[in-house]
Amino acid sequence: MDKIQSLYEALTKVDGFIYPNELALNWDMLIVMYPYITGLVAGAFILASLNRVFDIKALRPTYELSLLTALSFMLVATMPLITHLGQPLRFYEMLITPHLTSAMAIFGFVYLWYLMVVLLLEIWFDYRYDMVIWSREKKGFMKFFYKALTLWVSDTSPESRKTDEKIGYFITVVGIPSAFLLHGYVGFIFGSIKANPWWSTVMMPVIFLFSAMVSGIALVMFIYMVVSYLRKQKIDMNALDTIAKYLFYILIIDFTLESLDQIHRIYEADESFDILKILVRGKLFFTFFIMQIGVGVVIPLATLGFLQFKKPRVRIRKLIYWIISICVLVGIFYMRWNVVIGGQLFSKSFYGFTSYKVNLIGGSDVTLSLLWFIVPFFILAFLLWLLPPWKKAPPIEIPEE
Amino acid sequence: MPLQVKRLLLVFAIFIGIMLVLKYVLTPDSWREYGPYRGNAIGEIASQQAKYVQKESCADCHDSIAEIKSRGEHINLQCEICHGPGYQHVDDENFKMEITKNSTLCLQCHTMNAASPKNIIKQIDATEHNEGEECITCHNPHQPWL
Ligand code: HEC
Ligand code: HEC
Ligand code: HEC
Ligand code: HEC
Repeated sequence: MDKIQSLYEALTKVDGFIYPNELALNWDMLIVMYPYITGLVAGAFILASLNRVFDIKALRPTYELSLLTALSFMLVATMPLITHLGQPLRFYEMLITPHLTSAMAIFGFVYLWYLMVVLLLEIWFDYRYDMVIWSREKKGFMKFFYKALTLWVSDTSPESRKTDEKIGYFITVVGIPSAFLLHGYVGFIFGSIKANPWWSTVMMPVIFLFSAMVSGIALVMFIYMVVSYLRKQKIDMNALDTIAKYLFYILIIDFTLESLDQIHRIYEADESFDILKILVRGKLFFTFFIMQIGVGVVIPLATLGFLQFKKPRVRIRKLIYWIISICVLVGIFYMRWNVVIGGQLFSKSFYGFTSYKVNLIGGSDVTLSLLWFIVPFFILAFLLWLLPPWKKAPPIEIPEE
Repeated sequence: MPLQVKRLLLVFAIFIGIMLVLKYVLTPDSWREYGPYRGNAIGEIASQQAKYVQKESCADCHDSIAEIKSRGEHINLQCEICHGPGYQHVDDENFKMEITKNSTLCLQCHTMNAASPKNIIKQIDATEHNEGEECITCHNPHQPWL
């Protein structure tokens, strides 16, 4: 937050009437990053569970990749929040002094549950057998490291693999509501603020959830293509087409829900509507109509919809998918932006606006946001090196009982 | 129970154990005494020294200024609004108070602002009202019309 030197300077940021405490935005770009990154986690996980629980075989090549993507983003999901705190080193107090009176105080537990009980366990059971095998092949420190990762269980019998498989399945089943919980919770944080008409809607958790799925699926699609390109492997077009199909479906649901919310708002036209109208047409015009709806929804929907009927050559299709995945990722980022920043731009008196200027150079919020978006890719690279999905043993067939 | 599940449960038990120990060790003493916050915080805040000492205590030594101020429109202003917190100065007069001589001080309150009522506080447009000169060349800060 910039320090405001004089009343004159302050007034240059303001249109109309605002309350003094609304002048500076307290939640800056880092808070935009937080729902964005958390959404990517939930979305990537749900893509993985489509394969496992709903048994969509075509998605098999991206199963481990989605899980590892989810994990690497999950590991930094709290960082935007922590670095945004005035006292970052006190964050642990939230975990040791639990209470139910603030929705934000619960995040630590929602996070831990999802990280420890869902993601790590699922990946562990999925890779346990392979880690045992790798620990036998490797030497020195890596041998020890894999051994430690397996918790010194070296059982490779088919029975043990079947147990892994069954428990892994069970965890995925538990994981779906957990992923819903994780991102629904983030939506709830905003949706439950009744003083802010731009946020306060019961639809918020659902909208956040579906936009999370959209962004997570687009991210895995993007990463899958990049990883295949870097490894010089052929892309499984069937898998890619299937991902694109689900992206298309969920994008439709997401857009429908968001439109429903807006139409409801427009038709209800309560006392906050006038200011929101000016907000959306003015300060949010670029980020809302052009980026969120244009780039994030209309272009992908039109292209993916077209691809459902007519399939161009593989090369072109790949290029289209690649561009679309980026469009969707950008669009969802701006969706978070419009929620977080948009909700703070107008005065709760409904008579005026403040403004938010992004310091592209030297602004600590932008630098940190970028950092927390880039770090997960390095973590993912490390995880892919440590636990390469392409070196896994083929899954064991469980006979139908 | 399969071996790997046993191991995992053990790891979880250790993790939860560590968390409980940390919770026990790190939880602040008076947490939850009255509600979800440190009860001691109230006492700590109350025991902090007051930084502002009110204009009556300035009048003990600066009686002439307090005198002229009480005749002008600034009668209701605290001295410390313009001179900063005075708790150190009242004990030790060698501790200098702030003196702001330029217009920004006055404009904090007197600049044109649509949100504040004209009959409560007089406002001037700084670009029209004798621009370029400091306010105190014409107005005495302690008694504006002196
Ligand atoms: C114990 C007596 C005493 C009290 C109480 C006192 N002052 Fe002073 N103050 C002095 C003396 C003596 C000086 C002159 C010191 C000097 O010239 O170095 C002075 C100087 C000042 C100056 C001028 C400093 C400068 O740099 O020339 C200001 C402004 C001032 N006081 C403000 C205040 C305010 C405001 C209060 C009330 C919070 C206050 N004083 C309370 C004794 C007091
Ligand atoms: C509206 C703002 C304002 C208020 C209120 C105010 N002062 Fe001042 N004071 C000033 C300014 C500006 C100067 C510098 C004047 C100058 O240099 O001509 C000053 C100068 C002084 C000085 C040192 C110069 C001198 O004239 O001896 C003292 C002492 C002082 N003030 C004390 C007080 C005391 C005591 C009060 C409360 C009774 C008070 N002031 C209230 C703005 C204020
Ligand atoms: C803390 C806010 C504040 C500051 C700072 C302040 N004033 Fe005032 N001023 C007032 C209030 C309150 C009044 C009395 C209400 C009124 O008449 O406007 C007043 C009255 C006046 C008046 C008389 C207006 C009238 O005709 O009734 C003048 C002139 C004036 N101030 C000039 C100044 C100057 C010059 C400064 C800078 C040294 C200054 N003020 C700093 C609050 C402030
Ligand atoms: C050249 C001398 C001079 C300077 C410098 C000056 N003023 Fe004045 N001010 C006056 C005179 C004379 C009046 C009364 C006539 C008028 O209203 O213009 C006045 C009136 C005012 C009033 C009362 C306005 C009203 O509506 O009754 C305020 C408040 C005021 N001045 C504040 C300030 C402030 C703040 C500054 C510094 C930015 C300042 N003045 C600088 C001479 C001056």
